[in-house]
Amino acid sequence: MTWILDHLDVLFTTSLDHLWLALIPVVAGLLISLPLGWMASRWRLAKSILVPTAGMLYTIPSLALFVLMPLILGTRILDPLNVIAALTIYTVALLVRSVADALAAVPPAVTAAATAMGYRPLGRFFAVELPLAVPVLLAGVRVATVSNISLVSVGALIGVGGLGKFFTEGYQRGNPAEIIAAIVAILVLALLMEIILVVAGRALTPWARTGGAR
Amino acid sequence: MIEFQAVTKRYDDGTVVVDSLDLTIEDGGITVFVGPSGCGKTTSLRMINRMIDATSGTILLDGADIRAQSPAKLRRGIGYVIQHAGLFPHRSVLDNVATVPVLLGTRKSTARKQAAELLERVGLPAELGKRYPSQLSGGQQQRVGVARALAANPPVLLMDEPFSAVDPVVRDGLQEELLRLQSDLGKTIVFVTHDIDEAIKLGDKVAVLRVGGRLAQYATPAELLARPADDFVASFVGRDRGYRALGFLSAQGVPVGPVATVALGASAEQARASLDNGWAVVVDEAKRPLGWVSEGSLSTVDQVRPEDLVSGGSLFEVDSGTLRTALDSALSSPAALGIAIDAQGAVVGGVVADTVVKALADARRCGEVPT
Ligand SMILES: Nc1ncnc2c1ncn2[C@@H]1O[C@H](COP(=O)(O)OP(=O)(O)OP(=O)(O)O)[C@@H](O)[C@H]1O
Ligand SMILES: [Mg+2]
Repeated sequence: MTWILDHLDVLFTTSLDHLWLALIPVVAGLLISLPLGWMASRWRLAKSILVPTAGMLYTIPSLALFVLMPLILGTRILDPLNVIAALTIYTVALLVRSVADALAAVPPAVTAAATAMGYRPLGRFFAVELPLAVPVLLAGVRVATVSNISLVSVGALIGVGGLGKFFTEGYQRGNPAEIIAAIVAILVLALLMEIILVVAGRALTPWARTGGAR
Repeated sequence: MIEFQAVTKRYDDGTVVVDSLDLTIEDGGITVFVGPSGCGKTTSLRMINRMIDATSGTILLDGADIRAQSPAKLRRGIGYVIQHAGLFPHRSVLDNVATVPVLLGTRKSTARKQAAELLERVGLPAELGKRYPSQLSGGQQQRVGVARALAANPPVLLMDEPFSAVDPVVRDGLQEELLRLQSDLGKTIVFVTHDIDEAIKLGDKVAVLRVGGRLAQYATPAELLARPADDFVASFVGRDRGYRALGFLSAQGVPVGPVATVALGASAEQARASLDNGWAVVVDEAKRPLGWVSEGSLSTVDQVRPEDLVSGGSLFEVDSGTLRTALDSALSSPAALGIAIDAQGAVVGGVVADTVVKALADARRCGEVPT
């Protein structure tokens, strides 16, 4: 307990680091997944390549991916970019399918109506298809966010791991308080992000709660 | 004017969906494409705004090839009402209606104001504008769909089975409303349906398509009923064809004979005295018909009361009626005498079925009915 009280400020700043390491890949992964998922929803060939590939990427053990990154990217071993790039790959692996499913779930009559009104494909994507895909897409983003917050700690094994460093440290020093504090901090971060995303989702989709009479 | 010139649509798998279609759609009228499922109605319609591109042939819109401009530009000038409305679920009703004006560069606030006016025009209260489409009934959604298609005031309106997903009563109302709207606006409307009754009710001209996308007949509804081009059209036009054809002939020539009337509240004695062939029409102060009385219904009472009336059949308006309404009034009347009324609804006489049939024969002789 005393360790925790003595180290509150370090815990706080490390939590922030941890959060950035988790969230930057979510944003980057989402930006990459949108065009890929769009292609997968549009062309059957693209889907038959992209979705299984994404599934395979997700099965690569995270530690293996972290240590491979410097070799692929030519970065230094302690560069946070390694963790960010690896987690971006996981995010893409998760979200390509979400984006494809979300876009495929947009009713064909609605996209046809948008085309008939005179939207060009890109305008239609941003004005109609993407907003309608938000509910399904957001579910995917929540999974990716929580998964990233948990995976960042593995990065501690290659020296960049946010709160994960308290696991390795606590283990070496035989200090369970340190380990417990880091676990709690990670849980709090995950919970916080869940809440933020749910609230953001509701704000983005007021129409989805109207339900009812058809 | 929209001209199809030898337009063919063939899919990659070899199916010919529209086969060398030649068709001229006149301005300012409702042209209906009708035919069995899969005969290529939607395909033909969507080729007009290039949602589907023809494999060969040319479509001219006001003399210009539709391929001369970009599809998006072309579509912004052509209203489209899609099957099942296809409203944008994430936009308010008002913003749905404002879609095309905003795309064309109208300021959002202006477009919304116009959209609110349009809602009233299609018979919806302006308060509905703030709702999302899922909060409307099916019939209301269709009206919003029509308002959205009209928003940029396009000269041409394409409608693909717009009323097929609503129940028959609502559909009737929507059809009446479309006719009313059209008499104000005079758009060039191309309307797709698989319902021949709808085609005959709405169409100024009807194009009957057969499976394989070939034009079987292109004619006015009256002509279609009176003179179907072949067995396919005849069977598609269906039952009661002769009877429905009467709906296109004016009843001006039908002689209106006398009918016995009696005022509500008159004594039974008075009423009995006025019966003609055992029946009399009971009327109110404005001479509007309320129902019938007969020997039987008068035998137990001493005054003509509302609860004793035998309900009447359909009414036949002398000035605007057709042979169909005239005949129906006679056939549906308990006295076998149809009640003829004037524009104010007052009884002016009676018609018997024989005279309607005779009027039809006369019309035939004069060549009004193609045989
Ligand atoms: N991409 C495609 N490839 C092959 N055939 C197609 C394709 N799209 C449509 N068709 C076929 O074209 C035919 C005509 O379709 P269309 O939608 O124009 O029919 P329709 O007359 O509107 O029918 P419905 O009354 O059922 O709406 C159908 O038999 C359909 O199966
Ligand atoms: Mg169709």
